[in-house]
Amino acid sequence: MKVYITKSEATGKNIVVDDMILTTDMPTTAGSKMLDGYMSLFEAQAVTALKENGYTICGKANTGEFNLDLLGETSHFGPCEENGVLKGAAAQTVKMGDAMAAVTLEVNGSSARAAALAGLVMMKPTYGTVSRFGTIPAACSGETVCVTAADVDTVKEVLTALKGHDDKDGTSLPQEKCVLGQAMPAKKVAVAKSLLTADADTLAKVEAVKAKLIANGVEVVEIEAEQLLLAKSAWNILMSAELCNNVSKYDGVKYGYRTPNYTNIDELYTNSRTEAFGYLTKSTVLFGSETLSEANYFKVYDKAQRIRRVISEYLTAVFAEYDAILAPVCSKTEYTVEETAANKYMAYEESTYTAPSMITGIPVVVTGGVQLMGAPLSDAALLAMAETL
Amino acid sequence: MKYETVIGLEVHVELATKSKIFCSCSAEFGAEQNDHVCPACSGMPGMLPIVNKRVVDLGMTAGMMLNCDINRVTTFDKKSYYYPDLPNAYQTTQWFSPICVNGRVDIETSKGPKSIRIKQIHMEEDAGKLVHDDWSDTTLVDFNRTSVPLIEIVSQPDISSAEEAIAYLERLRDLLRFAKVSDCRWEQGSMRCDVNLSIRPEGSDVLGVRTEMKNMNSLSAITRAIKYEVARHTRALEKGTEELVQETRRWDDNEGKSYAMRTKETAGDYRYFPDPNIMPVVIDDEWFSRIEKTLPELPEVKREKYTGEMGLSEYDADQLVSSRALCDVFEDAVSVCGSAKEAANWIITDCMQVLNKKKMTADMLDINGTSLGQLIKLVSEDKVSRGNAKRILAAMFEGEIADVEAYAKEYGFIVSNDTSAIENIVKEAIAADPKSVADFKAGKEKALMALFGKCMKQLKGNANPQVLREILIAEINKI
Ligand SMILES: [Zn+2]
Repeated sequence: MKVYITKSEATGKNIVVDDMILTTDMPTTAGSKMLDGYMSLFEAQAVTALKENGYTICGKANTGEFNLDLLGETSHFGPCEENGVLKGAAAQTVKMGDAMAAVTLEVNGSSARAAALAGLVMMKPTYGTVSRFGTIPAACSGETVCVTAADVDTVKEVLTALKGHDDKDGTSLPQEKCVLGQAMPAKKVAVAKSLLTADADTLAKVEAVKAKLIANGVEVVEIEAEQLLLAKSAWNILMSAELCNNVSKYDGVKYGYRTPNYTNIDELYTNSRTEAFGYLTKSTVLFGSETLSEANYFKVYDKAQRIRRVISEYLTAVFAEYDAILAPVCSKTEYTVEETAANKYMAYEESTYTAPSMITGIPVVVTGGVQLMGAPLSDAALLAMAETL
Repeated sequence: MKYETVIGLEVHVELATKSKIFCSCSAEFGAEQNDHVCPACSGMPGMLPIVNKRVVDLGMTAGMMLNCDINRVTTFDKKSYYYPDLPNAYQTTQWFSPICVNGRVDIETSKGPKSIRIKQIHMEEDAGKLVHDDWSDTTLVDFNRTSVPLIEIVSQPDISSAEEAIAYLERLRDLLRFAKVSDCRWEQGSMRCDVNLSIRPEGSDVLGVRTEMKNMNSLSAITRAIKYEVARHTRALEKGTEELVQETRRWDDNEGKSYAMRTKETAGDYRYFPDPNIMPVVIDDEWFSRIEKTLPELPEVKREKYTGEMGLSEYDADQLVSSRALCDVFEDAVSVCGSAKEAANWIITDCMQVLNKKKMTADMLDINGTSLGQLIKLVSEDKVSRGNAKRILAAMFEGEIADVEAYAKEYGFIVSNDTSAIENIVKEAIAADPKSVADFKAGKEKALMALFGKCMKQLKGNANPQVLREILIAEINKI
């Protein structure tokens, strides 16, 4: 079971970060051969904030290549699996008791899925409330630093350390918006019917959370929420386009993997990339490149941006009435290495559930194997709700 | 058949900011290779771009100088291509919403006045520089220039001759230098130009096949290249010597010829898209008017003022308006000393002398004009001698002197009105040089000058020459 890329000293308040988060004392590889052994000259703001608050970074968890995949199965170092069943490596360090929390860069839902499958609590805070400075860029318009732990209190504690305005991140929100405030108890929660497409075991988890909410005096209403189904394609278009652009700089010239097989600069670029990128990254790059081409820009990329706005507007309307939207995080309760080998686009299919929050940057809490999505900056309210479950 | 030439120019100008566009590295020219480099501008993963507000200031200034409309919401986009001098494999530029649109530059040629329309001005980052090392036969990259801020000024195809192109470029350079947007030095690459050119039968409203010559770096090369291309296009159309194709050509100024570049170097889909890490820049009224207030008078307006109400000669006015720095110092000095003629003299003669000695250009004059005004006033009031004033001026180039009179007192540069002190010195000088005294008495005027010089030296220049002369004659006459 490949849990760590690098393991460091564990002294006290231990936190594991995934391999998308830059550290200066351990390599940061993004799970890619392209960055094998890459040592950054600077560390992520998230790492600095954790250290300043007395936490120790006790290791770098294995990640899928650029965190695009289902559950880390595309890592150049091999998947983190047990008896053929995939475990998200970062979540696994919490499960094993190595770390009190895992801090990861959520790009396409793998952190949420890992937490849901492991029965952990995870929060993806509102986009812009935790600095992305020093995270390996994949899909900058949505990717967010998030926290996974065994209970809500720990998630809250670590998030409090991470949240804050950062001048080094141009998308960072003003300080007053970053802090976790006080929250009113939830009154009304919507269940997104369009996302209730999971298997019976998963739907049972949704039912269990629903029952608890009702027992707590919360009104639970089913809404159609068909608009949320648009998010999957739109997010994958935007994510692919941004990834394609972001990984272009890995050309074998300045750092990272360089092919021994070249006689000129074109071969150096092409062969380095061909030999170092994995299958999912390559297909994402090809797809992203297509969506940004002159012929497709307005037909594909720009349309996805407009869909992003449509979904945001829809969610604004929903959150005017409801405190949260309840939905599954994935369609099943277990995924195997075999399955993902047979279907390389499983992450795409499963992103149905996670794309709505990725594309809009809204906060999400995963607890009891399901997710609660909230309005932008309702992070404290979501955590408070999770506490009652 | 008669043909007319249609030219559009894309001019790149490096902005006069201290730091680069998205990081805090110095943007200064001429440092050791790769001295001005950080993880951001060398393309390390994890750094995020933070827009240098000064760049936006100067972009707006350029737009206002060129009569453009300023887009109050302006965005940055990524332009993707692979080249070793581009460490991120994308250039951050403005594709969808450039900062300025719809401008105008008025020019004057032998055919009279003409307006050249500006299509747009956009802000972007420069690329690095490839340096070929012949010894090891390798190509090395210098990232100092990477992310140095640029604006690209795109004209409409309103230019119809090399003469007009040059007039346009010179006017552009004057305006941008005057507004301190850029130093516009062709020789340092801080001003570069792409020439788009086609020809068509006179009177036709259909554009001909267009060729583009990139990265032209001198006015003479541009003139020659335009003439060459017009001749080549005309020959092709009239005599069918070749088939014209839309392409990018390289101008070889040594051979005086243009060459088609490999299509591989020119064809490309840049896959532009908005940079998600840079929020749209919103220019509010306060910001807009703050920049508007910094706009200088145009050089010709100043010239008019200098020769008119201020009474300067045409020559002096021309010298001053050749550089905004000279104008600024001049106007500040006049406001203190009150004499335009004196201030102009001090700047054109004395300041330029110091600059020349330091191998600096007029644009680099950065002494405080108010201090210069104080100094001129002290000279005109006979409080400081001209010779000592030059010494004080030299000191001003080394560091600011806020209170010139206090400085002059401290360093003993104030002209003495203490006649008894002068008398003592004069008596000593006469006693020490009876020959000169005798010569003077014998009618040799020059002998008085020798005595005068010796006394002045003793007095460290701090004597009113008129007073000294009078005392000297009086003392000699006593003998
Ligand atoms: Zn830099």
